[in-house]
Amino acid sequence: MNFIKGYLIPRLLQYFIVTFLGLSAIFFLPRLLPTDPVKQQLQQYQTFGVYIPPEQQEEMMRTLRQLYGLEGTLWEQYLDFWKRLLTGDFGPSFSRFPVSVSKVISQALPWTVGLLSLTTILSWIIAVIVGGIVGYYRKRWMEALDVVVMIIRPIPYYVMALICLILFAYVFPIFPLSGGIGIGQKLSFDLETILSIVKHGTLPALTLMIVGIAWQFQSMKLIVQIVKSEDHVWYAKTAGVTEKMIVRNHVIRNAMLPMITQLGLQFGGIFSGALITEMVFAYPGIGWILYDAIMKADYNLIMGVMCISTIAITTSILLLDLIYPLFDPRVRYR
Amino acid sequence: MKQIVRVFRDLFRDYRFTVAFIALLFLLVLSLLSYVSPYDPVSIYQVPRGLPPSFEHPFGTNWLGQDVFWRLTFAVRNSLLIAVITAFFSRIIAIIVGIVSGYKGGALDQVLMTIGDTTMVLPILIVLIVISMILKDWARSFVNLGLLLAFFSWAWDARVIRSQVLSVRERDFVRVAVLSGMSTMKIVGKQLLPHVLPVIFTTFINNMSWAIGMEITLAYLGLGIDPTVPTLGTMLQRAITRQALFLGLWWWLAAPIVTAILLFIALYWLSVSISEYLDPRARFQRVGVGK
Repeated sequence: MNFIKGYLIPRLLQYFIVTFLGLSAIFFLPRLLPTDPVKQQLQQYQTFGVYIPPEQQEEMMRTLRQLYGLEGTLWEQYLDFWKRLLTGDFGPSFSRFPVSVSKVISQALPWTVGLLSLTTILSWIIAVIVGGIVGYYRKRWMEALDVVVMIIRPIPYYVMALICLILFAYVFPIFPLSGGIGIGQKLSFDLETILSIVKHGTLPALTLMIVGIAWQFQSMKLIVQIVKSEDHVWYAKTAGVTEKMIVRNHVIRNAMLPMITQLGLQFGGIFSGALITEMVFAYPGIGWILYDAIMKADYNLIMGVMCISTIAITTSILLLDLIYPLFDPRVRYR
Repeated sequence: MKQIVRVFRDLFRDYRFTVAFIALLFLLVLSLLSYVSPYDPVSIYQVPRGLPPSFEHPFGTNWLGQDVFWRLTFAVRNSLLIAVITAFFSRIIAIIVGIVSGYKGGALDQVLMTIGDTTMVLPILIVLIVISMILKDWARSFVNLGLLLAFFSWAWDARVIRSQVLSVRERDFVRVAVLSGMSTMKIVGKQLLPHVLPVIFTTFINNMSWAIGMEITLAYLGLGIDPTVPTLGTMLQRAITRQALFLGLWWWLAAPIVTAILLFIALYWLSVSISEYLDPRARFQRVGVGK
């Protein structure tokens, strides 16, 4: 009972407030800006040399406004925006006209979720194990690993993706340059398709994992070093507790808590990293859809992706917050 | 003066600081060289196209007949300029928000922090893309792009400053200042700010590095700075869209990539070693969110 009242309800409340504010910001931000996307689109048509008679211009603007959800006063638009959002309908996509935005996104989502969940969890586990060992034992050769991480850590996803692409797809053509599966291949569950998916996914996954591991490795190493020098560990040592027990019960358990928070905090970073990586590798997930939408100025699709991303980030942080008490008994009764 | 020398001597004991310092100095010289460039950074077909690196053209020439080395000097200068503008403006927001919400507390604190949390939760990359897409021409200038980037990068640092202020606020000397009737502005300027300065300095460097990365990412999408103006991002983007690799002009692509990596590593190492020097416990700061 205490858990629900003291922990669950405030967290849920915070989740709803932040998600609500985030989504509202997505609604208001483009509308605060001085340019009008509808007029811009018309101008774009005209610069391409399309002649639109004035009487049709009016008609076209009205239709575009309707499709963009730009009809009526700001307040009406806002209500409409929530109505659309709650029913999961973001209107039609412009670049793939009759297809709805929600359909385009739902086709792309499995790719991103697959890539992201796999790389995030895998890199987190590797980083925790390796970082823990290096942080605890601090051998001399391990310092070399630290230098490597110090070099990789500041490189942003985009540059890293580019380096991977050049190295492993051009200089040493081991992996395909782009795409999610081979051209013309249909999604099915036979061996060939799965192999193709793995082959295409390796390079994007590698990029995400290199950067992810570098981040988390460093955190884990520092945390373990700090935990190791704390009084209770020293006390356990002098009390004759075996090293194995100390590592398991005192160091790992205490170091895991901040690492779980880290997983939640970095999800946002890794998420946008995944978007960039997908853009570079033309991987058919949300990032690629977004890139395509940007190139074609597909306003509705961009809004849809933004909303989905915001909800994805806040929800994953909430989920991590909710499982956190399982690991840290102190949180439960606060 | 003696003090400064001592600080530097201590800092140079850390190999990371030494490496970063030399690398940054090198890049700074590179960017200053742009003022004596024999070529115009924007116009094309000034030199023969696609020449490999030679004595005359240290980093070769690209397919558009531009000298890569001299273009790079402009690119480094412009990228650093954007980074400094971003870091400067976002520091101002972060300092004001951090100090106000840390020192005043209460409802204002909660409102400011909720706003900050919201900007942290937003998919910043996508928001930046959308805004710079809609404001295409507006975001083409250095100052405007800097402002835009600054607006979305203050939240985490404001939080760090706030927590610093929260701990300083409870110390005796602040209480003495309050009791002795010092005005709030003076307390903030004289008592609080000096304690927050190290944080401001290191987050300034981190923010610069983030801004450079963002500029590169935006440029890749054809957004941000005018693509004909050389920055690290636009140079990269040009080389990619003009298929530098398939033309075999690896130096065209390698020059901005290697320079960018050098810059990122230098900034990161500088910030890490300085923050460790200022406060050994601050190693935890490195644990913060990787933006």
